[in-house]
Amino acid sequence: MQFKKIIFIILVLGFLLLVNYYVPRRMNPYLFQILILIGINIILAVSLNLINGFTGQFSIGHAGFMAIGGYTSAFFTFYFGRNLVPSLTSILLFPWLAKSVIFVSALILGGTLAALAGLIVGIPSLRLKGDYLAIATLGFGEIIRVLILNIDAVGGARGFADIPGYTNLFWVLFFMLVTVVVIRNLINSTHGRAFLSVREDEVAAEAMGINTTYYKVYAFVIGAFFAGIAGGLFGHYLMYLHTNSFTFMRSIEIIIMVVLGGMGSITGSILAAIIFTILPEFLRVVKDYRMVMYSLILIILMLTRPQGIFGLKEFSLLTIRNIFVRKEQVAK
Amino acid sequence: MINGIAWGSIYALIALGYTMVYGVLRLINFAHGDVYMVGAFAGFYAVKWLGLAQEPTIFGAVAVFLLSMGCCGILGFVIERGAYKPLRKAPRLTALITAIGVSLFLENAGQLIFGADPKFFPQIIAKKDVISSGGIILTNQQVIVLGVSLLLMVSLQLFVLKTKTGKAMRAVSFNREAASLMGISVDRIISITFVLGSALAAAAAILVALTNPKIEPLMGIMPGIKAFVAAVLGGIGNIPGAMLGGMIMGIAEVMVVGYLSSTYRDAIAFAILILILLFKPSGLLGGFTGEKA
Repeated sequence: MQFKKIIFIILVLGFLLLVNYYVPRRMNPYLFQILILIGINIILAVSLNLINGFTGQFSIGHAGFMAIGGYTSAFFTFYFGRNLVPSLTSILLFPWLAKSVIFVSALILGGTLAALAGLIVGIPSLRLKGDYLAIATLGFGEIIRVLILNIDAVGGARGFADIPGYTNLFWVLFFMLVTVVVIRNLINSTHGRAFLSVREDEVAAEAMGINTTYYKVYAFVIGAFFAGIAGGLFGHYLMYLHTNSFTFMRSIEIIIMVVLGGMGSITGSILAAIIFTILPEFLRVVKDYRMVMYSLILIILMLTRPQGIFGLKEFSLLTIRNIFVRKEQVAK
Repeated sequence: MINGIAWGSIYALIALGYTMVYGVLRLINFAHGDVYMVGAFAGFYAVKWLGLAQEPTIFGAVAVFLLSMGCCGILGFVIERGAYKPLRKAPRLTALITAIGVSLFLENAGQLIFGADPKFFPQIIAKKDVISSGGIILTNQQVIVLGVSLLLMVSLQLFVLKTKTGKAMRAVSFNREAASLMGISVDRIISITFVLGSALAAAAAILVALTNPKIEPLMGIMPGIKAFVAAVLGGIGNIPGAMLGGMIMGIAEVMVVGYLSSTYRDAIAFAILILILLFKPSGLLGGFTGEKA
């Protein structure tokens, strides 16, 4: 079994490399950028779904975690990474390998710092519930933004320019897959059932011997880690970071994806992330009315389908197979 | 300091709208900051329509106030009926997202209708120094801001405490089912709450426009959030609390700008907020409210 798994992973990686080689050459740059942004938004939406959807803690600070991850990893590659490239190349032989090593370690560093921030934000969530928690996380997000705005080493109000453009389709898709797989496996494990029990009924969960505080903080840390990675990918793609991309409107965009996709549905989050990245682009046709239409669509969707597109359901190849298998059994 | 109190009373006026809506509906009305923006523009067009920019009069200023408050009252009513009423029984998060949607809609429709460039609100009351002694300068505009907002707050308090509708409002916020069993029309009360809150936001907008005459479609976002913080600070759902919270916010901000740096102005609001939430989550004047998420 282990052997099969390794082959499968190698095949997936090979496929990603192939995609990474062909797609940018065949696709026009505008569509390519949308594709990258979809990948980043999927990471954000799925990681927020762990906090909001599965654990039931309402957080509006996701952009803050994203900012921490983005700025940390950009700081690393900008100040240290560049000087390290030549010396690492002499050890690893290939410049691209050296760059990849630096990029991945920068992303993981950014993710870790964001996770640390998640720990700090997660601790007050022991005391706060519902709307109060939402507002506290909103506050944390804004404080992070204002603090970054006042750090001169990362550009302050001018924005952080000249970040090396390491992000490519391979890394975006790779981290997207990692996020989805990790969070899916987490949800289907014992821990996952603990998360769900915290969402469904905290008192009952506590009575069953689940350390609810631990699981809430756990969800925040994991969610923040992936948000940090998404921030790093974002910064190294645009090669420029500005705190204006991390206002609370950004957090709200991610929440919209999670809620409309269905709280507690990973596939729903993925689908909603795709739709809500493409939708504003499609609406460019109507020019000035674009954002008006966007908000109207949002309101109408909320009024007509409040549980989200998928609700609690998941969609996978397995479900299709299950349907067929069940039919066969009925036929017998 | 006086500047801080002036800002504080404006935050308090906006915070009242949040607090009242939260009290009856348990909903954070994100669109409230944008209602405030619409109030400023309604005032702007009222001034133009009445031709007050050339010759400011007291009656004209009062008329502008009333017109703008009326417009926003109607807007509040429409928002409530159109977007929130169908969701009365839906989960709270759904209503919250809808509120965000309404907020986005107002901002973007505002940019479309009013134009994205900032406009200058004409001086409807000429600026004069009333008192200037011992380094304290008090302009008549600041006096008006303080006076009008105090007047509005006191009359709101009287309305809620003394009239029959106010009593019904308190009953609805205490327990909606019980109130409707007592023969109170809950929907009507909620609509009235929205109309009142929106009218107060419009008044706040005109007061801001007196001292800071630059108005633009995105002006409502930051004051909206800060006023919400003020409402939480004072204990959400609590009218005197919102006033106190607004005052504290205004003074704290002006202090930070004066002694630290203006870039930290927006951070202080949230820093206060988090401290309050950590140590006294029900707010300064809030009673104990066990909330089950």
